Amino acid sequence: MPSLKDLKNRIESVKSTRKITKAMQMVAAAKLRRAQEAAEAARPYAESMGAVLGNLARAARDSESAPKLLKGTGSDQTHLLVVMTAERGLCGGFNSSIVRLAKTRIEDLKAAGKTVKILTVGRKGREQLKREYGDLFIGHVDLSGLKNVGYGNAETIAREVLGRFDAGEFDVATIFFNRFKSVISQIPTARQIIPAVVEEEEGAAEAAPRFYEYEPDEEEILARLLPQAVTSQIFSALLENAASEQGARMSAMDSATRNAGEMIDKLTILYNRSRQAAITKELIEIISGAEAL
Amino acid sequence: MADSFAFDLVAPERRLASFPAKSVQIPGAEGDFTALPDHMPLISSLRPGVVEAEGVDGTRAFVVIQGFAEITPEGVTIIAERAFPREEVGRAEIEALLKEAQEKAEACPPEEKDVAEKLVADIAHLLEMMV
Repeated sequence: MPSLKDLKNRIESVKSTRKITKAMQMVAAAKLRRAQEAAEAARPYAESMGAVLGNLARAARDSESAPKLLKGTGSDQTHLLVVMTAERGLCGGFNSSIVRLAKTRIEDLKAAGKTVKILTVGRKGREQLKREYGDLFIGHVDLSGLKNVGYGNAETIAREVLGRFDAGEFDVATIFFNRFKSVISQIPTARQIIPAVVEEEEGAAEAAPRFYEYEPDEEEILARLLPQAVTSQIFSALLENAASEQGARMSAMDSATRNAGEMIDKLTILYNRSRQAAITKELIEIISGAEAL
Repeated sequence: MADSFAFDLVAPERRLASFPAKSVQIPGAEGDFTALPDHMPLISSLRPGVVEAEGVDGTRAFVVIQGFAEITPEGVTIIAERAFPREEVGRAEIEALLKEAQEKAEACPPEEKDVAEKLVADIAHLLEMMV
């Protein structure tokens, strides 16, 4: 049985933990709103980009001169996995669920005899993957000390990825991130960004393809549009990730706060019981002492 | 012939405009042009310049730095890498962009130098027009 003083200290410490988790939850809630707004504001751009690219790609896909970013290198031997996680922990299963998805993919690819390369964005993912797959790492993008992700950050990552693609370092690139569904649900997602995946619209194949005029010309437009599309996908993944992180942290901190509350209640009951037990014991001692006289 | 069409201007961080327009003036890579309803399908890259959209209730102007315009008979979608409402940017902002582009041009590898320097020249031109 812990002493009264121990119990009292314990209760105090859980109380201050609860204060911290409560504060973190509120901070996460405020940040979540901003992150969610940013993610929503960026959606029209990604959608328009996807639509334009889709139209272009359907027309250009079969031509001999289609750029590698669209058609692929003709092989799928080397895979680059861009694993995007948070810079900080204390957000429930957010980081580990991305890492788990990435690990499954790495094992699958390895089993199929492919070469795997890993680029991490965010400190947590690097820490978790470094232990097992340290030799597969080719780089890390540090986003710590950054308040809000901007398009510039996506450009940095995209430049890194595209530079390596141009240098022939890999054939297929996939990004791993958490898609934000709701505060309590974030879905770890893998999305292939190189070569570009063109979504087949229902019925689009039936409708006559649109024939565009190009200014300056088709190749030049594609050559500029494709890298921008990659950047745009990375950017939206970053934003989804940021919103998911705050959502995950908010719900994790919410349950931590609730747990702390329950623990305080239990400890308080225990504290009261032992205090009463001590009083009873003292009374018994006094009474039995008096009776003995 | 319809007298208006859908006009959308999106930047990576937000949607700047979405309204029916009667005509849109676009700074294409190979010269300015104006899109009217029922324009033939066209995809053009943009140079830094001013997009002017004539809506039902007046004209709105935007400064765009690089991007693309997709024009179909039904509408115009401008996907800009950077875009600002015209009234929000002054000389100072453009000068900052110019400086950024110049720094980029100096840092970039030789095979991209032409493109980067063209961007600098275009922004400088835009700056002159802003006066």
